[in-house]
Order: sequence, then C-alpha cells, then structure tokens
Amino acid sequence: MKEHLKKSMRSDFAFDLIVNVLGACVILVVLIPLLFVLAASFSDPDLVLRGKVLLLPKGFTTKAYTMVFENGEIWRGFRNSCCYTAAGTLISVVLTILAAYPLSRKELPGRNIFMMLILFTMYFSGGMIPTYLLVRDLGMYNSVWALLIPAAISTYNLIVAKTFFENNIPGELYESARLDGCGNVSMLPRIVLPLSKAILAVLVLYYAVGIWNAYFDALIYIRDTSLHPLQIVLRNILLLGQTEQMGTNDVGMAEKIKMAEAVKYSAIVVSSVPMLLIYPFVQKYFVKGVMVGAVKG
Amino acid sequence: MRVRKVWKNIKKNVGLYAMLAIPLAWYIIFKYIPMYGLQIAFRKFNPTLGITKSPWAGLTYFEQFFHSYYFKDILWNTVSLSLFTMLIGFPMPIILALLINEVKNTKFKKVIQNITYMPNFLSVVVIVSMLTIFSNRDYGLFNKIGSLFGMTPVDLMSKPACFQPLYVFSNVWQFMGFNAIIYIAALAGVDQELYEAASIDGASRMQKILHISLPCIMGTIIIMFIMRIGSLMSVGFEKAYLMQNSVNMSRSEIISTFIYKNGIQKGQFGYSTAVGLFNSVINFALLVGANFASKKMTKTSLW
Repeated sequence: MKEHLKKSMRSDFAFDLIVNVLGACVILVVLIPLLFVLAASFSDPDLVLRGKVLLLPKGFTTKAYTMVFENGEIWRGFRNSCCYTAAGTLISVVLTILAAYPLSRKELPGRNIFMMLILFTMYFSGGMIPTYLLVRDLGMYNSVWALLIPAAISTYNLIVAKTFFENNIPGELYESARLDGCGNVSMLPRIVLPLSKAILAVLVLYYAVGIWNAYFDALIYIRDTSLHPLQIVLRNILLLGQTEQMGTNDVGMAEKIKMAEAVKYSAIVVSSVPMLLIYPFVQKYFVKGVMVGAVKG
Repeated sequence: MRVRKVWKNIKKNVGLYAMLAIPLAWYIIFKYIPMYGLQIAFRKFNPTLGITKSPWAGLTYFEQFFHSYYFKDILWNTVSLSLFTMLIGFPMPIILALLINEVKNTKFKKVIQNITYMPNFLSVVVIVSMLTIFSNRDYGLFNKIGSLFGMTPVDLMSKPACFQPLYVFSNVWQFMGFNAIIYIAALAGVDQELYEAASIDGASRMQKILHISLPCIMGTIIIMFIMRIGSLMSVGFEKAYLMQNSVNMSRSEIISTFIYKNGIQKGQFGYSTAVGLFNSVINFALLVGANFASKKMTKTSLW
C-alpha cells in the first residue's frame, strides 16, 4: 500500500513538472514576439536591421517614438480613432442594452419571434456588396457615420447582455418595483443598470476593442484621408510602406529606410497600448462576461 | 376573450416595445435590407435604375463564376484555409484549457491566462505587420529561429506555400487564450467529487483528464464546433487581404478577397454578390447540417 502511494506521488510530481514546463513554454511563445517588438522600438534601428536585437533593447533610444509623435498622420489617426471609439462604444452599448433588456423580460409577448429575427442574422447575411450599396444609398459614404452605425450591434454581445439580465435580475425585483409604481422603462436605469456593472464593463471592452482595431469599414467607406482612423494610417505605413516626408532636412536614402523601419515598431506599440491598458481595469468582469455568453452560446 | 387578454398584455408592455423598436429598426435596416438586396445577384445591376428595377439576369453570374478558370482555385484556397484553421485552431484552446486546469499554483495559472489573452487585443493590421517583420529574410525572427536549425533564410511572406501556415499559426497565437476561456469556465463547473472518486480508484492524472474533464466539457465543445462549421467558408477577409501580395496570390486569393476586388474596387456588383451568395448559402447549409447531425447523435444542438 505504502509502496503504491509513493509511486503515485512520484508520477504526480512528474506530471506537475510537465504541466508547469508546458505552461512556461506557452507563456514564452506568446511573449517573445511581443517583447521583440517592444525591444526593437527602443533600439538603435541599425542594430535592429542587422538582427542584433532580440528581447532587450540595444543602443537604447526613444527617437522612434519622437518620430511617431511628430508624424502628423499618425497623430491625426490616433485622435480620430479615440473619437470614433468613444462615440461608437456609446452608440453600440446603448443600442445593445435597448435590445437586451426588453428581450430579457420573460413576460414580454412575442419576445421569441424578435429573438429569432435577431439570431437568424448571425447565421445568414446579405454580405459585403449589398451592405456596401445600402450604406452608400443612405448617404453615409465618406462620413463618420459609416464607421459608427452599420456595425453598431454585435449579436453575440447582445446575447451575452440578455443572458446576464435574465440570470442576474430576479423576477421578484421587477414585481416589487411594479407595485411601487415603477414603469418598465424606468426600471432599466433604476434597477437593472445599477446591478449590471459587470456586463456594462464587458460590453464597453468588447466594443471599444472592436472599434479601435477595425480597419475594413474605413477601407471601403472612407475616402477622405483626414477622416482615416489609426488602423488605416498604420496599414499605409507598416504594410504599404508609405511614409510622409520624415526627418526635416535631406538625409540620405539609407538613413530614411532605417528610420522608416524604426517607426514601424514604435507605431505598433503606440497603437496597441491603449487597448492593453484598459484591459486590467475590466479584467475582473471580463472572464465573467465570456462565461455568461457561453451559457447560451 | 383571449385576444383581449393578449392585447392588454401588449399594452402593458408598450414601454418595452418602444425601447426594442430602435435596435429592431437597426436590424431591419442593416441586416434584412441587405438580404433583400441579395437579389442583385440575379440582376444586371444598373445604379440609375436601383436594385429592384434593374433587369433580370437569371443565373448568368453564377454560371460565369462556376465556369471561370479561377473558380476551382479560389474555392479550394477558401476551403483548405478554413479546414486548416479549424484543424489546428479548434483543438488548441481546448488543450490549453485542460493544461491551465491542471496547473496547481493559482498565481502561475493567472499569469498564463492573462498573458495568453493579450494578443487578442491586437489589431489585424498589427498582427500582419508583425508577421511581415518576422518573415523578413535578413533580420526576421522566424529566420533567426530557422537558422538555428540550419535552414536557409527566405522571405516567408512571398512564398505561396507559407501563406496558410503563417495565417493559421498566427491565428492560434492570437486567439488561443481568449477562446480557451469558455472551456476553462466549463472545467471550473465540473463536480470535484468525480475527481476524488477517481483518485480513490487509482486513476492517474492523465486518465482523469481523458475520462472526467474531457467528457464533462463535451457539450460546450460540440456547441462551439457546430458554430465553427457554420462559418467554415467565411474565412476572415481582413487578415487574408492584408497578408496578400502579388507573389502569394495563388494561395491567398479567397472568396472574400475576390468579392472585395471585383465588387468594391471594380464595381461588378451583380457578379460579386452572386459569389457572396454562393458562399453564404454553403455556410448556412453546413450549419444546418452540422446542427442536425449533432442533434441526432449527441442530442446537443443550437436550436
């Protein structure tokens, strides 16, 4: 018996060791690319181009960041994206709640029909071209509205919010509010929302990240460069290699290529940091939100 | 009598309907009107006549697409990319969740989870930029790692054969942690007594994973799998389009990038809508089929 226990403890120890080693490998695989970009953004571009930088900055410099902040296009894109994200998140969250709250009330006649109408759009859609033509016909082409309205509601988020309301607001609460003379509409701000901070945080996070990172709608709907969000500017700089005149006086071609390369890394960091920063604030609600969504998938 | 009762009930909820009306209008305008607009797949679209007045074209566009020389390539690129993504991308979050579930140290557990969520917040533009930088022949990370194993450096982004692996593995890298959350949550709900009983019976840790953890989250896995099947043909446009260049086109041209180029860039609205409709119909059929099969075999289904 003792022998048997010892053996199982030994195999348990080996198992734990393997699990922890694999866990460490996962962390490394995820972190190395991120650390490399971060290190390269603070390094001498010459050393980066020669492949000398790996995980720690070499020839520490913040020149690439000064260049990013001096770049008019990136600044404008950054400001635009901040505005779009703020406005778009507000619109999206309001619309989602306006749908999720009534649909979460079990006594609402016809709610299953409405729900089916909404769910169907998850599985079948008109697709790229009919949507594009519609947005054009609505006069939203080349306007900010094309980025905020056509993609305002995510059905997945709507289901998450609806499920949350169903599971977290007890029916008796509505009943007693009604007896106190509170109408169905005023129950939303007075009773439901104060109890739903978690789901609000999750919705804000999901929508904000989605809008901040979106580039496709801007690619097809926005002509005007002054309206371009950051992701489009990034694409032009990082992937198409278009950079506005950088550096004030005529530096050599080699120098220019080097600087363009350095800007890539710092631009990636600058564009990603805002979303990585809001995550810790909503983190404790985040997992909960996904779990709620999982209940009804 | 009954009618009156229903009417009374509706009147009582008029406030709720008023609220619902706004998002519902949004759904009708931005989701159902484009579905109605799908009819331009069967019409010779003329912008001055509009969607409903353009002359009918029958199935011309569909025939044109099926008979085109690129039809087989584009279809195969789409399906193979999707299958490859699913084959690698679907099990990875499950494996990660099982792994995280086995980690004893709660702090280490939190660290793994939080670090693997991080890439989920990066944009496609950033991901593709990173891929491009890492694929660089002279200083890219991939080539540096490859040279450790004695491989000759190549620019991976301009090799057609590398398009799919780069696409798939960067997807896994980006979404593995986030997609694991659902399974981690499901694993947290497994009855601990099952594990205890198994320990008494002398089950090893691996046996417990295979015979308790995995069966207990099977319902979640099946639901996720059905949903995944339903989007088999809708490979994300955004990433493929950004990764595309003139050299890897033979593998990177998929249905959605094709629709974008022919429809929005070249203005062939009818033709590209027909291609899109073909795509959506296959998706929908796959979803219904997968759901039906799952209902019959496992009694788990979406509806």
